[in-house]
Amino acid sequence: MSLSYIMPGFRGTLAFTVFYLSLVVLIPLSSLVFKSFQLSWGDYWAIITHKRVLAAFKVSFATSFVAALATGFFGFIIAWVMVRYPVPGKRFLDALIDLPFALPTAVAGVVLATIYQPSGVLGQWLFNTFGLKVAYTPLGIVVALVFIGLPFIVRTVEPVLQEFDASMEEAAASLGASRWQIFSRVIFPNIFPALLTGVSLSFARGVGEYGSVIFIAGNLPYVSEIVPLLIVTKLEQYQYAGATAIALTMLVISFVLLLLINLLQRWVRMRSGQI
Amino acid sequence: MSIELRNISKKFGHFSALKDINLEIAEGELVALLGPSGCGKTTLLRIIAGLERPDSGHVMLNGVDKTSHHVSSRGIGFVFQHYALFRHMTVFDNVAFGLRVKPRRDRPSEAQIKQKVSSLLALVQLEWLGERFPDQLSGGQRQRIALARALAVEPEVLLLDEPFGALDASVRKDLRQWLRDLHQELHVTSIFVTHDQEEAMEVASQVVVLHNGNIEQQGSPADIYDYPRNAFVSKFIGQTNILSWRDLRREWLDEASLPGEQPGDGAVAHIRPHNISVEKAVSDIDTPLTIKDWQHLGAIIRIELRYPQLQAEHGSVIYAEMPTERFRELHLEKGDAVAVHIKHAQWFN
Repeated sequence: MSLSYIMPGFRGTLAFTVFYLSLVVLIPLSSLVFKSFQLSWGDYWAIITHKRVLAAFKVSFATSFVAALATGFFGFIIAWVMVRYPVPGKRFLDALIDLPFALPTAVAGVVLATIYQPSGVLGQWLFNTFGLKVAYTPLGIVVALVFIGLPFIVRTVEPVLQEFDASMEEAAASLGASRWQIFSRVIFPNIFPALLTGVSLSFARGVGEYGSVIFIAGNLPYVSEIVPLLIVTKLEQYQYAGATAIALTMLVISFVLLLLINLLQRWVRMRSGQI
Repeated sequence: MSIELRNISKKFGHFSALKDINLEIAEGELVALLGPSGCGKTTLLRIIAGLERPDSGHVMLNGVDKTSHHVSSRGIGFVFQHYALFRHMTVFDNVAFGLRVKPRRDRPSEAQIKQKVSSLLALVQLEWLGERFPDQLSGGQRQRIALARALAVEPEVLLLDEPFGALDASVRKDLRQWLRDLHQELHVTSIFVTHDQEEAMEVASQVVVLHNGNIEQQGSPADIYDYPRNAFVSKFIGQTNILSWRDLRREWLDEASLPGEQPGDGAVAHIRPHNISVEKAVSDIDTPLTIKDWQHLGAIIRIELRYPQLQAEHGSVIYAEMPTERFRELHLEKGDAVAVHIKHAQWFN
């Protein structure tokens, strides 16, 4: 490797990286694969194509996707306001954004369920004014995931917005661009790769989220039951092989999706000359 | 377009960046705003552009008060110190930006845009870079693309903030020449900011010297060099020897270099090195000056003369310059006693 001569320490750091990833990620995950080998192909197929399982997959990925997009939109606005305007109490707000990181997710779930349930403060109001039911529906899951995902967006977009060269905006203005043109043609394209990273992180987090969701989702089979809950249910019924089969499928789908998002990011960066 | 500034003042907090500036610039000039850092030159440029608002005063473009006009409607082109190219766009799209953001009824067709951008890239001699991204260009190339982008909207005034500041010396020299040629070709009123007096003298047709938020002097480069209005300008532009009336010996001076009236105690003479002529001293003459050292600057020689009783900022040394050929004829050696004659001096109190 000619690289090893330019940057010293290539062999050592590569060895460490492979060792660490094996220990922390690959070995546990491969045991998952081996465990599912106990099942025949037919059994495996029967488990994962069961109607209830398919419905759970749909709920999990659809709510995570919608929640990631919604978080992306709101998170971007929050990051924008925090960076661009002299907000009073900025430090306080900044700490508030990170709270979903630190809070036990079950606590978040209980709190959200309490206020969004039909007799809760927000739940009542939403139902009376818009006829919207939030708790115990897929919409409830989205609400929980939006809460959990917010810091991912804000923390990835904020530094990029902060470093954005203000003279680019001035240059655009001096060339006759309107405020909207400056935003849509100059600022947003420069922030977009970071936003995409934030959205994919919050999507990945949403797919795996358990604690906050189960309290607000109501967990009705075929309606608001998520895959992680299904796995836990199977484990509690000592159906280890079935649980692993679903887990493995989840793993593969998530991995493929993340890979696709990564490729999309690469393409965006390439198009904008950042690679 | 002619530019007139009337009583422009600007404060940042308690700091007065500009103090009651009045300035007139005729159409077609190439003007340098020159001054040390923090003198307010960039602020003044940004006020003309509309990127900054003055606290008081008026900006008149072609006789029309544009003080409250937004930067996008002033008909100016601005070139930023660090170019401010759009990183996510190709060079072509950068240059086309100003044309594409025009309101639909004024916007040229894509074919016209393509033609215009190509001709601008040809003007800055970078036709082959259209598909590259700014990060893939050298500093000098970015500078020229930034200029092409500003010219795309056919501004009536071109404003450049430290246009050569971030470039290395050899590129800088080429670009100076190139900017002057370009100005000759387009004849658009242009103003550039610089802290480098050599650059201002070489490129500009008019130089405005700023200091502490005031205009110290405005004039042609030759005017400012030969007839600095005050001690600051004289010190800032080119090299100068500063000698008090007491330090100077009467026999060094003649009618041209003597002060007009009897000088006061604080009177000082500013003398350009090339206005001091050096001769080998005849042995019986009493002179305090000896040759300390000299430097070859190509066609001229700079001689350091030791003058023990002088207490100046740069030590007890007077600088004189003469053509290299003349220096050879004199056969001077280090330590030789010399006599001097001062041909011209600017006196300040």
